Amino acid sequence: MSKFTEEMKVEVTRIMDRYPEGKQKSALIPVLLMAQDASEGWLSPEVMDETAALLGLEPIEVYEVATFYSMFNLQPVGRHVFEVCQTGPCMLNGSDALIAHIQHRLGIGVGETTPDGLFTLKTVECLGACGYAPMMQLGKHYREHLTPEKVDALIEACRNMTMA
Amino acid sequence: MGRKLLLEKADIPGIRSYNVYRQHGGYAAVEKALRMTPEEVVEEVKKSGLRGRGGAGFPTGMKWSFLAKPAGVPRYLVCNADESEPGTFKDRYLMEFLPHLLIEGLIAASWALGSHRTYIYIRGEYAWIVDILDQAIAEANAHGWLGKNILGSGFDCQIYVQRGAGAYICGEETALIESLEGKRGNPRIKPPFPAVKGLWDCPTVVNNVETLAAVVPILQLGGEEYAKTGIGKSTGTKLISACGNINRPGVYEIDMTISVEEFIYSDEYCGGIAGGKRLKACIPGGSSVPILPANLLLRTAKGEKRMMTYESLSDGGFQTGSMMGSGGFIVLDEDQCVVRHTLTLARFYRHESCGQCSPCREGTGWMEKILHRMEHGKGRMEDIDLLWDIQRRIEGNTICPLGDAAAWPVAAAIRHFRDEFAWHVTAPEECLRRNYGLAQYADELVSA
Ligand SMILES: Cc1cc2nc3c(=O)[nH]c(=O)nc-3n(C[C@H](O)[C@H](O)[C@H](O)COP(=O)(O)O)c2cc1C
Ligand code: SF4
Ligand code: FES
Repeated sequence: MSKFTEEMKVEVTRIMDRYPEGKQKSALIPVLLMAQDASEGWLSPEVMDETAALLGLEPIEVYEVATFYSMFNLQPVGRHVFEVCQTGPCMLNGSDALIAHIQHRLGIGVGETTPDGLFTLKTVECLGACGYAPMMQLGKHYREHLTPEKVDALIEACRNMTMA
Repeated sequence: MGRKLLLEKADIPGIRSYNVYRQHGGYAAVEKALRMTPEEVVEEVKKSGLRGRGGAGFPTGMKWSFLAKPAGVPRYLVCNADESEPGTFKDRYLMEFLPHLLIEGLIAASWALGSHRTYIYIRGEYAWIVDILDQAIAEANAHGWLGKNILGSGFDCQIYVQRGAGAYICGEETALIESLEGKRGNPRIKPPFPAVKGLWDCPTVVNNVETLAAVVPILQLGGEEYAKTGIGKSTGTKLISACGNINRPGVYEIDMTISVEEFIYSDEYCGGIAGGKRLKACIPGGSSVPILPANLLLRTAKGEKRMMTYESLSDGGFQTGSMMGSGGFIVLDEDQCVVRHTLTLARFYRHESCGQCSPCREGTGWMEKILHRMEHGKGRMEDIDLLWDIQRRIEGNTICPLGDAAAWPVAAAIRHFRDEFAWHVTAPEECLRRNYGLAQYADELVSA
């Protein structure tokens, strides 16, 4: 079944219009980001193949790109993905302890998903929020100045959101 | 109070919207630019002495004048908003709070360079900022600052925002161009330089967000007046993103006339070291530039006060100095471990290496591994020299400067903190329980 709704296909042509004639390959990364958002947060081979067909590319051109960039997930992920920064400036502000706390609370290791499919924990490198450390990305937004209490509240909020 | 040229209006309520921005004098620089010839705009930027704010500090006006102009071939301006150098978060601040300042600068620069399609390449994680920029671009279009025949000048220009998808290397200008073409972010071999053969093989200028925003005050004041702020070849103002163990982390606009000491301890900026602790070390210009111990940070090897200027921060070369870099100012207090901090940076570069060159691909992995075992009490004394040897073999032997950027932090950490590395070997159990402390790096100049 197609992951691209009619609405998304319109958006794809709008993206392609940003580039000069014949340079539509440039639409690949924006379109993959959109496709991932519409496919439970990850890119299956089917979604990548469909992207290739839509943009008139060879499937390999899409795989090459999808495997290069860290924001593309090539395996299923949980409903809420906690992407916690662990680079120097965040480390100076306690990101290691924060990651340990999340592992403990969710009962999973880094790179794992909870059995109920609700949460995935990832560590990431500097997200450009070093002055508001420690921090993580959750969906489209950053959560900054994190503390164990704030993380607990976030986990709670995610659980409630899913139940609602 | 230092002079502010970029963030002067950041606190005005509603400045993110077109109407408020315009009421406060916004887009006057575009009006001015379009009354000048493109060459005259480039000349003003040359006079301003503006140096690229992305990290390398190359004079912007000169870079613009290198742009090839073959007849019938489009030229492109690309704004580098990839901002992924650890410690750096200033471009985000500019785009988030003053989106129209960037758009205004981009239109003026597009006119100067003859770019009809201008792209902002932004790191994919800054997803919410894309909405802010798209909104600002839509407003600029609605008011005739973009589109066809802008202000009746005959000049057509459109700005597009392009998201990346997580790759530090795409901040390197040729990798950025590859990524913008829809490919993996593998840097190109130079020459040819983008000024001759860049985006879609056309002449291209890639400039940092802050650089392009600075075009606005340059045009408003005139290049000569702009150049009156600052010292020597460090003209104008610089955004510094300060983080680590300080009381007031955040983004500050400095005019380049203040000392490092003032920047760290003044309440106008960092507000001193958090928790009343003492300063141990600092990376003053983003993770790629050399770390300095407190004594060399505050004063140069010649005993002069170190200033927040390009020249003063690099005074002493890599032996006793560092660099302005991207302005990512990372402060370590007395309780921090230099080995651990260096390990996180080594891991970062290993993760971000595109893998094209073996010295970078393999070397970054080895450095991370060795630092990992040292940090965990499993290091050997020879590891210190081994690390030194590896970083030396990477530096200068790769396609792009990421190799150097990975080598320098390790080199500087060993150069200035060798005894701390050695202590990790001689006290393998103790180093798991506590950190080395301040030892001889203490800043005698400032008492906490
Ligand atoms: C590995 C690497 C990463 C870089 N990342 C950035 C970045 O995120 N933003 C940026 O403006 N410049 C970055 N640069 C520098 C760019 O290659 C380029 O010099 C800069 O965008 C030029 O703009 P400027 O002259 O206005 O400084 C990076 C360079 C390297 C080698
Ligand atoms: S130096 Fe590293 S990042 Fe740069 S091209 Fe070579 S492998 Fe890629
Ligand atoms: S180090 Fe975590 S956001 Fe920069």
